[in-house]
Amino acid sequence: MNLLDPQGPVAAANSTILVDSVFIMLAIVVPTIFAILAFAFWFRASNTKARYQPDFVYSGRVEMVVWAIPALTVILLGGVAWIGSHKLDPAVPVPGTGSPVRIQVVSLDWKWLFIYPDQRIATVNTLTVPAGAELNFQLTSSSVMNVFFIPQLGSMIYTMNGMVTRLNLRADNEGKLQGLAAHFSGDGFPDMMFDVNVVSPLAYPDWVASTAKSAAVLNEDSYKKLMQQGIERGRPTYRLEDPRLFDLIATQHIPPGPGPELISDAGRPHSGGHDAR
Amino acid sequence: MLGKLDWSAIPFDQPIPLIAGAVVLVGILAVLIWVVVKGHLPYLWHEWITSVDHKRIGVMYILLASVMLLRGGSDAIMMRIQQAIAYQSQGYLPPEHYNQIFSAHGTIMIFFVAMPFVIGLMNLIVPLQLGVRDVAFPTLNSVGFWLTATGALLVNLSLVIGEFARTGWLAFPPLSELSYSPGVGVDYYAWSLQISGVGTLVAGINLVTTVLKLRTKGMNYLRMPMFCWTTLASNLLIVAAFPILTATLAMLLLDRYLGFHFFTNEAGGNVMMFMNLIWAWGHPEVYILVLPAFGIFSEVVSTFSGKALFGYRSMVLATMAICVIAFMVWLHHFFTMGAGPDVNAIFGIASMIIAVPTGVKIYNWLFTMYGGRIRFATPMLWAIGFMVTFIIGGLTGVLVAVPPADFMLHNSMFLVAHFHNVIIGGVLFGAFAGFEFWFPKAFGFRLDERWGKLAFWFTFTGFYVTFVPLYVAGMLGMTRRLQHYDVAEWRPWMIVAAVGMAVLSIGVICQIMQIVVSIRNREALRDRTGDPWDGRSLEWATSSPPPVFNFAFHPDVRGEDAYWDMKLSAQQQSLDHTAPEYYDIEMPKNSPTGFVCAFFATIMGFALIWHIWWMVILGGIGAFATFVVFAWRDHDEYVIPAAEVAAIDRVNIEERRNLVSMAGTI
Repeated sequence: MNLLDPQGPVAAANSTILVDSVFIMLAIVVPTIFAILAFAFWFRASNTKARYQPDFVYSGRVEMVVWAIPALTVILLGGVAWIGSHKLDPAVPVPGTGSPVRIQVVSLDWKWLFIYPDQRIATVNTLTVPAGAELNFQLTSSSVMNVFFIPQLGSMIYTMNGMVTRLNLRADNEGKLQGLAAHFSGDGFPDMMFDVNVVSPLAYPDWVASTAKSAAVLNEDSYKKLMQQGIERGRPTYRLEDPRLFDLIATQHIPPGPGPELISDAGRPHSGGHDAR
Repeated sequence: MLGKLDWSAIPFDQPIPLIAGAVVLVGILAVLIWVVVKGHLPYLWHEWITSVDHKRIGVMYILLASVMLLRGGSDAIMMRIQQAIAYQSQGYLPPEHYNQIFSAHGTIMIFFVAMPFVIGLMNLIVPLQLGVRDVAFPTLNSVGFWLTATGALLVNLSLVIGEFARTGWLAFPPLSELSYSPGVGVDYYAWSLQISGVGTLVAGINLVTTVLKLRTKGMNYLRMPMFCWTTLASNLLIVAAFPILTATLAMLLLDRYLGFHFFTNEAGGNVMMFMNLIWAWGHPEVYILVLPAFGIFSEVVSTFSGKALFGYRSMVLATMAICVIAFMVWLHHFFTMGAGPDVNAIFGIASMIIAVPTGVKIYNWLFTMYGGRIRFATPMLWAIGFMVTFIIGGLTGVLVAVPPADFMLHNSMFLVAHFHNVIIGGVLFGAFAGFEFWFPKAFGFRLDERWGKLAFWFTFTGFYVTFVPLYVAGMLGMTRRLQHYDVAEWRPWMIVAAVGMAVLSIGVICQIMQIVVSIRNREALRDRTGDPWDGRSLEWATSSPPPVFNFAFHPDVRGEDAYWDMKLSAQQQSLDHTAPEYYDIEMPKNSPTGFVCAFFATIMGFALIWHIWWMVILGGIGAFATFVVFAWRDHDEYVIPAAEVAAIDRVNIEERRNLVSMAGTI
């Protein structure tokens, strides 16, 4: 999952900016650290050769330089930040070969649901994408906040219930990558790692076709079972019954996932919000 | 009758918190019994618990912070061990326990270690540096301290009665809402912070007023020591930012207690509002902590270089610039929430701009050392260690302020390493430097230098061995708050970090040894002059420890580095031998208000957490009644007669005269 080993253009651009920024800053940080140690050593009280200048407490020239050095660095980095933010805006599509793949991501407690509305399929904890294609993600959450992140493809993004965030990526090389949840979401949080299979554009339709033959069906009812708190060790796949399922989740037509079952305290309301609807 | 409280609240099935709690309980009982049997109780009550003396309150703040540092440090050790062994296994801590530990670690380290430590140092030193006899509101000061202690007590109580929050130290909704966190953990979190937050706000108001309104003759703003400036900036931030925290937590509590929908998923609640509000407090909070540390380093570097601070006015400007810009950068905590590129870029650049005045400060310390005669006493070691470490933390900080870089580093172990880099390297090193520097002032004897230097080197090395691996793990994609993981490439770095934690722990043990050894050798380490470091500002102009009234006469300040100037002119003009005429001094009376108020606040907080409504009313009425009784008092001051002042001050003057006549060159 090395961030410096990018497998797509977004991650490559992210990590280039990361490395460039570090080097820009090292150019002043290293001499400064060196100067601190050197001054401290040379002006030690026991060094009789060092000249004691108790009145050297102000110098307009030095002041100008010490304000100018960090200011210039920040102007340079500010430019990097401004251009980078616009170029790498997660909402901007990343052109690729072939037709774009639309993927709708729902973070559940504690698993990831990937819906392919155009292919009418859905998977849990495995994301399969064709290499080189433009990937358009729409993301939401079934319950608490989370963050969707595939380190080697770059740019993470929050998922929030009742809201849709957008992310655009592209995977350039076939292979297996790891994705993870990057915002703490409760007891099962560490088990929210997911596999990313980048397959060749030729193999992708086959995978879609075989997945479409899944016995399990994802509809409102099976989704409601899926969103119960729990960990999914397997990698289930589904036929998607209604391509509008994601919209139903994102617009809260399907209510947010429940929290933990309350066994000892049955008398209290199960959830602060249910009575409101 | 007891609300939600019953025997199931005691975690009989979890040995770790139970044993830890039992040990602490036995410790507290043993100390209490010792105090009562030895007859120290009246002394403790009259001289400490009810004291409104800013120096005593400052010491109690630092004591609270030190005890809580051990608690938060234990949490850190447990977390590092868990992550070192939880590769393809569950480790030794189940998620519900591990999640409480990292939440408690963050909450404790920020609110009950860093905050009380810096507030304690400001309380102890600022009135002395300003040349005044007390803070603006002495009794309120005591109330502030005891309310902070209440918060700390409640957090520790959660160890054995019920549970602590499992949501992380900022309790983000909707995870922290009743639906997803139905237990009392979040309530413990929120009520502790509400109560201690009032204490912090009170302390902030008190210190702002003290700096603005109580300064000795001639101490105009541009003659104040740098620590007073940073105190002013930090406390202005407290006064402006803590109400945001209080309001945010109040909204969360309304959601949890009365079914409101500020931050719920349902009924139009908005979690992004919580994110914005909590960080609108949270980012200034970072500067609330680090600004006083900058002040401490300014004093330390200038004193041990034997020079006035380089570019004093520039430093003042930088301090106040940080104070203002601190409020304009909060959004950089969630670049990845999907705001547009313009918003992200503007907040990214604003965050970088803060690095400019911070960089200026580093360079000014650097040039303070230039042409100095540097003595490497323990406080100076902490200062140099800080400069080196903080620059690296600043580099990684500016890095995550670049939105595209943050898109990969947000919430990662890299981020964890970054903020520990600035909080340990900045705030904690600063607190330790201040502790070493001003300990002789507070207690009248120096700390053992050998153990102090050992503590520095172990902590300094331990810091790098612990946190450099976390930077690497972050670059390998590791996210924070993982109770276990299956990624082989993260494992070695977690093991190295655990080793680093062991080195850090040795540093802490050295620090404790330093205090023990110094207390045992206190006669040999006694500081009779009041000025053990050849100091420059007014706190060194009085005896160590200072008399309750600090100064027999209000010092007359004629420039920066007031006490240095006095020493110089005393040398040049020979000594003024005419005996001064002493006056009666009025000082504020001790008051149990703070302690009693906090006692009722503890009852009320506990009752609120467990929904014991009759007890809430009891506690509320008690606290209010305490306040009314205090407000009704007729006599709030007592008089120290001139003869007594004279007797105390003559001893001081005699010691000082010896010092000045002995010192040929400095």
